[in-house]
Amino acid sequence: MKQQRKRSRRVKKRSVSFTLGIVIVAVVLAVTVVGVLYTPYDPIEMHIADKLSPPTWQHPLGTDSYGRDVLSRIMQGAGNTILVGVVAVSGGMAIGILCGLVAGLAGGMRDEAMMRVMDVLYAFPAVLSAILFSSVFGASLTNCMIAIGIYNVPIFARLTRGSVLSVREEEYVAAAHAVGRGRAAIAVHHILPNIVSPLIVQGTIQFAGAILAEAGLSYLGLGTQPPFASWGGMLREAQTFIGLDPLLAVFPGLAIAITVLGLNLLGDGLRDLLDPSFIRSY
Amino acid sequence: MIAYAFRRFLSLIVSCFLISVLVFIVMHVIPGDPAQIMLGTEADPSTLAALRDQLGLDLPIYAQYGAWARGVLSGDLGESLRYHVPISKLIASRLAVTAPLAIIAILIAIVIGLPTGLYAATHRGKLGDYGVMALSQVGLSIPSFWLGILLMLAFSLGLHWLPAGGFVPWGKSFIGALQSLLLPAMALGLIRAAVVARLSRSSLLEVLGRDYVRTARGKGVHEMRVLWKHALRNSLIPIVTVLGMQFAALLAGAIIIENVFYLPGLGRLAFQAIGQRDLPLVQDIVVLIAVLVVGMNLIVDLAYALLDPRIRLE
Repeated sequence: MKQQRKRSRRVKKRSVSFTLGIVIVAVVLAVTVVGVLYTPYDPIEMHIADKLSPPTWQHPLGTDSYGRDVLSRIMQGAGNTILVGVVAVSGGMAIGILCGLVAGLAGGMRDEAMMRVMDVLYAFPAVLSAILFSSVFGASLTNCMIAIGIYNVPIFARLTRGSVLSVREEEYVAAAHAVGRGRAAIAVHHILPNIVSPLIVQGTIQFAGAILAEAGLSYLGLGTQPPFASWGGMLREAQTFIGLDPLLAVFPGLAIAITVLGLNLLGDGLRDLLDPSFIRSY
Repeated sequence: MIAYAFRRFLSLIVSCFLISVLVFIVMHVIPGDPAQIMLGTEADPSTLAALRDQLGLDLPIYAQYGAWARGVLSGDLGESLRYHVPISKLIASRLAVTAPLAIIAILIAIVIGLPTGLYAATHRGKLGDYGVMALSQVGLSIPSFWLGILLMLAFSLGLHWLPAGGFVPWGKSFIGALQSLLLPAMALGLIRAAVVARLSRSSLLEVLGRDYVRTARGKGVHEMRVLWKHALRNSLIPIVTVLGMQFAALLAGAIIIENVFYLPGLGRLAFQAIGQRDLPLVQDIVVLIAVLVVGMNLIVDLAYALLDPRIRLE
């Protein structure tokens, strides 16, 4: 009884962080949507006379070295960041799940070959792939998305393969085989719905990772290209004027940290909801 | 163990071969004439022809790969187009910055993360535990390069304790070199410390719930002895593994951090090589870093197999 009460208290505490995660992510998404439709000022229009202004009523987060409104640029940057996260993670997830399903169901040499290819892709952190692509095709937001997407492929492939191996001997899969359903139908209708929970949780965690990666690549100039705003790019510009206006380096970093924090809390909460056995180790 | 190590080593060789092929293919699907792209549109035809000859661009692609791979295996990585020195020398000189940076960062992660995680585990459900967990959650959400900028603001521009950037060569001043690396290593290491703290907490909590720990407690063994002799040793295995696996993330972080602090390391060299269109240099650095990552994964696997014999039997 005492154990149950303790566990229930832990679950409640975890649901607090889950709720906090949802609230933060909802606010970030709201800012992103509003930023697409409306910003207080044009995020790319320069007003040199107003450069490096501290926070005022007109510019609540100040202006940058070109006199552009920092709040408007953070709002525009949110859109670019979320776009990269969604495209890179969903692309990497789709390809990774497909590879993991094929490897897990085929087994034998095909499984071995697929996993060796995944090992190779896993050796390329997003920034390394971005350096490779940028040197060949030039720096762009598209190459940034491809680099982050490639990094996500082996992560989802390994997770899917592991999950497939754990369920492929289950009775409902054997029953589907017995009634003559094909491999593809079994994978889509029977296996995938039963392994979707860990994939959703991993997707949330990878989304947070993609935002950090995009920020890092934009800081290096390999992501969103000027004059369009990105949180990482704003930090790069702010560093040049760090002695004159330290606040410029604070707000974009806070935007990244708050968004990633929200996604991490949401990921943790989802894991507890979808896999209650995990809570036992806490 | 030897058979397992041999199998894993064979797998490493296959991975290294595939990495080299993949990078080589990506570098050679470049649209247009690579020599023209490297030298620019103003380059005269004789210089272009000399570069094509130097890089073997007129040969079929498999012959180009063969020549490059033979060079790499014999330690000849070719010559940088911009620095006009052997790439192997250039990389070795830059590794003298990146390797110590990574080592200091890992040490910071262990020295801060491990005791913090153990403290949280032994004070489970108390204020200190929640504080550590909250701080580590924040640590996981901060990009290391932003933390680097904040540390620069505080310790360089504010307190004037440490340099804001640049690197004093090891030969000139050992202390100066360490000072140059301290802030970037802190930026990388503090983020890893959050990972280590969370993992060591959950790993120790899991071990503390095991039967042999309950037995030791039942026999009246002192709590400190239970913790240090029975629980900690076993909980360290997954922590060592994850630390090894963090290597890739650390190298990726180092590429960015070196640019924040203007450190002449491998990451900054790769970044500058993109701007200078020094494609052979980019190619060699990318392959080297990818091979380092798979090599580190092999070491982690072998260490794990050594610590846990069940792994070898799978």
